[in-house]
Amino acid sequence: MDANTQNNLLLEIQDLTIQYITDAGTVHAVENLNLHLGHGETLGFVGETGAGKTTTALGIMRLIPSPPGVVKSGKIIFEGQNLLEKSEPEMRAIRGGKIAMIFQDPMTSLNPVMTVDKQIAEMIKLHKNVGEAESLKLAGDMLELVGIRRERMHDYPHQFSGGMKQRVVIAIALACDPGLLIADEPTTALDVTIQAQVLELMKKLKQQFDASMILITHDLGIVADICDKVAIMYAGRVVEYADKRALYSNPVHPYTIGLFNSVPDLDDDKEALNVIPGLMPDPMDLPAGCTFHPRCTCAAEQCSKTKPAMIDVGNGHFAACPIRAKALGAA
Amino acid sequence: MNDVKTSTGGNKPYIRVDNLKKYFHTKRGLLHAVDDVSFTIQKGETLGLVGESGCGKSTLGRCLIRLLETTAGSVVLHDEKAGTDTDVTKVSSSVMKELRKKVQIVFQDPYSCLNPRLSVWELIAEPLIVNDVFANKNDMRARIRELMNTVGLAERLENSYPHELDGGRRQRIGIARSLALNPEFIVLDEPVSALDVCIQAQILNLLNDLQKEFHYTYVFISHNLSVVKHVSDRIAVMYLGKIVELSNYKELFVKPTHPYTQALLSAIPVAKLDVQKERIILEGDVPSPINPPNGCRFMGRCRYCQEICRKETPDLKEVLPDHFVACHLTPVI
Repeated sequence: MDANTQNNLLLEIQDLTIQYITDAGTVHAVENLNLHLGHGETLGFVGETGAGKTTTALGIMRLIPSPPGVVKSGKIIFEGQNLLEKSEPEMRAIRGGKIAMIFQDPMTSLNPVMTVDKQIAEMIKLHKNVGEAESLKLAGDMLELVGIRRERMHDYPHQFSGGMKQRVVIAIALACDPGLLIADEPTTALDVTIQAQVLELMKKLKQQFDASMILITHDLGIVADICDKVAIMYAGRVVEYADKRALYSNPVHPYTIGLFNSVPDLDDDKEALNVIPGLMPDPMDLPAGCTFHPRCTCAAEQCSKTKPAMIDVGNGHFAACPIRAKALGAA
Repeated sequence: MNDVKTSTGGNKPYIRVDNLKKYFHTKRGLLHAVDDVSFTIQKGETLGLVGESGCGKSTLGRCLIRLLETTAGSVVLHDEKAGTDTDVTKVSSSVMKELRKKVQIVFQDPYSCLNPRLSVWELIAEPLIVNDVFANKNDMRARIRELMNTVGLAERLENSYPHELDGGRRQRIGIARSLALNPEFIVLDEPVSALDVCIQAQILNLLNDLQKEFHYTYVFISHNLSVVKHVSDRIAVMYLGKIVELSNYKELFVKPTHPYTQALLSAIPVAKLDVQKERIILEGDVPSPINPPNGCRFMGRCRYCQEICRKETPDLKEVLPDHFVACHLTPVI
């Protein structure tokens, strides 16, 4: 990492390991995760269900349910300070104030018995030193900013459609001008035309608020649309991390390639999809060595023995696959 | 609406839907879930039904196999061997019970459509037992094994319960159940929407292979256009209870003609860089299907809306060979 990126660094995650310790066994949700995010950047976090995307996001917010969740090791450095060493009152000031989160399902993340203006004002009062009347006025401003008419501020969540509800959630998240926005599958519950509206809005507001964003999604199309960098997760690990351009034009890890092949192509007219055989491993019982090796087409003997490290295959494009890196002449 | 005929030769279509309507009575008025749709499906083809939530695609799918009673219209099933036509919406329940062996459905959510207290074996055996297919237990055992094999479920899973399995395997059970009685026609109601992309690809390949082997006729309902394009021969786009465009799958993507189809296609995020395309962002939400006003259903969100669109409901017209569009302004835009 050069000095320039070092200065620009907003969030850095080092060797983060998160486990859920249950009676049935230990779930290795996130293992040795390393990531960094610069000011103003948007990082796409891609992976299938159970890959550990949401656990990582909750880890950053220090919202892992405990028990059974335990942060085993690692550092989460945000604006130069390790979040894992913060006290609970300090964390409460950071949550919503400096790091805000948008959840997948707007219906379950809004309070059904509270009008939306009060829900936004609640956030503002918590982090800014303003009175009731002022906070409600600011709440109205936020609603207008996300494209909801001010007259509707006294409505309840059920009076809004799905897309509108997600707009309210975005208004709450941005109300206190956070430096980092974590969006966990923000448009998965929405229809495509509404999804396009919401993504457009998020792009615009991210610029306007000069915020960084982590976008968790399983949709490679959304990543192509709005992210700068991409991290591909598989079974609790980041297997590839690169600039969007590098990743889309030249995917390196076999899992990433398989993921791209699984998406039916709109322009292409091929009959069968090239699927990745098998299923994601049980996170309680991960295979030794590379967790992807039982499903991998280019696995060699070493893959079942040693855990692959992230290898730089050129210009900050990292992939956790020594075989492919060697083929590309990087290792 | 006038008769809509497909020009696929002199062959009688396998399914012919005429002026099908399904209204629901609600406290606030009459909900027009499916409003006067007509189309045909040929034997062995896959018709894709796309649209956003609430456009009536699932209701239409259910009306086709009479899981819902229709308000008006007919769904005629043509039996090539016997040379008979049966109107699914009007036959008696005893005839319908026989007919149900031929028409099946696979539901969207593999988590809620399987009885959690039955094992995989019992779940697949259920349709066979209900219909008294086998007198002999060994024959039934052989058939269940065969079905599990067909859909790619390992034999060791036969005593597992749904909660022990992942979404993809659960969906395979749903498919095995629908195949148990050797159907001819299967309604696939968002069969892959609840699944991850890798599993989704596996199920899509499976459905494709099954169709090749057994010549099933599919109606594939989905909101995901790239999935629909991948599986369908023809695609019908629905908006607020109406079919707004119906065409060959290739042509729909090359020459989308209805303004709604154009907006829908432009809204799909493509997993590629530097895709040059015009993004048409639709304003607002889908309006309520309760007591819809006269005129084109799409007028409130359409960027080409004219005077005529507010007054008259457009009919589905053939604008190009085998390409039907319901828009007053088709030749212009």
